[in-house]
Amino acid sequence: MSTVVSEIRKDYLYNLMLKGQRADGRTFNGYRPISIEKNVVQKAEGSALVKLGKTQVLVGVKIQPGEPFADTPNRGVIITNAELVPLASPSFEPGPPNEFGIELARLVDRGVRESKSLDLDSLCIVPGEKVWIVFIDVHILDDCGNIMDASSLGAIAALLTATVPAKKFGLGEDYPLPVNDIPIATTAVVFGGVTMFDPDVDEESIADTKLTVITRADGSICGMQKSGTGVLTQDEIYRIVDIACENGKEIREKFLES
Amino acid sequence: MEDKITFIKDGIRLDGRRVDEARPIKVEVGVLARADGSCYLEMGNNKVIAAVYGPREVHPRHLQEVSRAIVRYRYNMASFSVEERRRPGPDRRSYELSKVSREALSPVILTSYFPRSVIDIFVEVLQADAGTRTAGINAASVALADAGIPMKSLISSCAAGKVDDQIVLDPMKEEDNFGQADMPIAMTPGGEITLLQMDGHMTVEESHRAMELAMKGCRDIYNMQRKVLIDRYSQMENATRQEEAVI
Repeated sequence: MSTVVSEIRKDYLYNLMLKGQRADGRTFNGYRPISIEKNVVQKAEGSALVKLGKTQVLVGVKIQPGEPFADTPNRGVIITNAELVPLASPSFEPGPPNEFGIELARLVDRGVRESKSLDLDSLCIVPGEKVWIVFIDVHILDDCGNIMDASSLGAIAALLTATVPAKKFGLGEDYPLPVNDIPIATTAVVFGGVTMFDPDVDEESIADTKLTVITRADGSICGMQKSGTGVLTQDEIYRIVDIACENGKEIREKFLES
Repeated sequence: MEDKITFIKDGIRLDGRRVDEARPIKVEVGVLARADGSCYLEMGNNKVIAAVYGPREVHPRHLQEVSRAIVRYRYNMASFSVEERRRPGPDRRSYELSKVSREALSPVILTSYFPRSVIDIFVEVLQADAGTRTAGINAASVALADAGIPMKSLISSCAAGKVDDQIVLDPMKEEDNFGQADMPIAMTPGGEITLLQMDGHMTVEESHRAMELAMKGCRDIYNMQRKVLIDRYSQMENATRQEEAVI
C-alpha cells in the first residue's frame, strides 16, 4: 500500500542498507520485539492482540454451528476475514476489503488451513447437516509494517486460546479447540539486492517486492506468496526460505513458551 | 477425498504424462477484433482468452499516475467453466489472482512510456482444469506483445505440484484437488521470478525441486509463446509485402 516516504528518508535508508544497517538497529534477518496478549476480548471464543514493534493486530475467533459446504459434508469450516480499518493507517479507507485485505486474509487462511492446524473432521457435529464454523477475523489496529506476519501470528494465537462453545448451543460441554500445528508466517522485502525480514512501514514503501513464507513445526513449508511489482531471483527465494525456517522456528519456540 | 488414489504408477500419471511433462499447449494470437491485443490459450483442459486494451485514458481519473501507466488485470471465471456453476462476478479468489497476476506481468511492462494512461488486461477463463492463473498469465503476456505494449521480455508461467510424495510439473485438476502441494510461478526468460505462490506441504528440499521443475516448464512455454508471435508477425509482414508488390 502506498505510503509517502520522503526522498531524503529513502536515501537515508538506502545508505544505511549499503552499510549493512537498518534504521532501528536491527540486523537484516531480525524481528522487532513481539508480544502476544491472549484472551483480550471475552465475547470472542478466542482472541489475541499481537504487537510486532509498533504494529498492532487484534484477531478474534468466533465459533458457531452452521451448515457444511456441499462438497465437504463431514468437515468443519474455516472462514477468514481481514479488516484494514481506517484507524490503522492513513492509506486505509472504509468500505469492503480491497485486494490487499483480501490477499492478507487469504494468506492467513492458507497458513491455518494448509498447515492442518485445525482438524476439520473433528469439527463435524451432524454429518451433512451441522458442523462448527470457525470465523477468524483479523483487525489491523496500527499498521507500522508487516501486518502479514502479525496477523498470522494473531490468528494462530487466537485459535490456541479458543474454546468450542458447545454448551451455549446445547451440544455438550465446552472444550478447547484442538490445534495441531503452529504455522508461522515470515515476510521479507527485497531491496537493492538485500533481503530484510519483518519490514517496517518505511522499508515496505521503498521495496517493491515481498515474499512471505509460512512454515510448520516440522520445518516444512505450507505456504508462500510473492507480492509486489518487482522480481526475485532463485537465489533470493532460496535464501529467504532458509532464513524463514530459522525465524519461524525461533518465533514458534518463544511463542509456545508464552 | 479420503479415498486413496494412486496418482503415479511406474512414473506415469493419470493422464499418461511423465512427472516432468507439462500438458499440451495451444496458443493463438490476435483472436479478438476489437481488442488491441489478444490471445487464446489452452493448457491441457484449460481454455482461457486474454485481451489487452491500451494504453488508454484512465477511468476513474483519480487512479492515474503522472509518471507512468497503471496496469490493471482482471481475472474472471465464466460461470460454466467449472463442474458446479459458479456465481458470476469476482470472488475473493479472483481478487487475489488478479492482484498476483498483475504483479507477475508489471515488472516487464515499460509503464514509464505512457504516463497518465492505463493498460487494461482482461482474462476470461472459459474452461478450468487447475492452472488457470498460469494459463491466464501466459495468454496475457502474449496479448500484451500483440497489443504492441513495450516490454522488457515476455512472461511465462507454470506450476509444479506434489502428488504421491513426488514433484510433478503442471498438475491437472485431480492432482491439484487431491495432491499434497501446488506451487505456481511466473518468470522472465532470464529466470527472474515474478510470481511465486505455494500451498500444501513441502520440505525445503522439495520446494527447490519444484522451483527447478516449474522453471523448466516456464522455459518451454516461453519458446512456444515466442514462436507463435514470430509466426504471426512474419505472416503479417509477408502479407504486407505482397500487397505492396501488387500496388
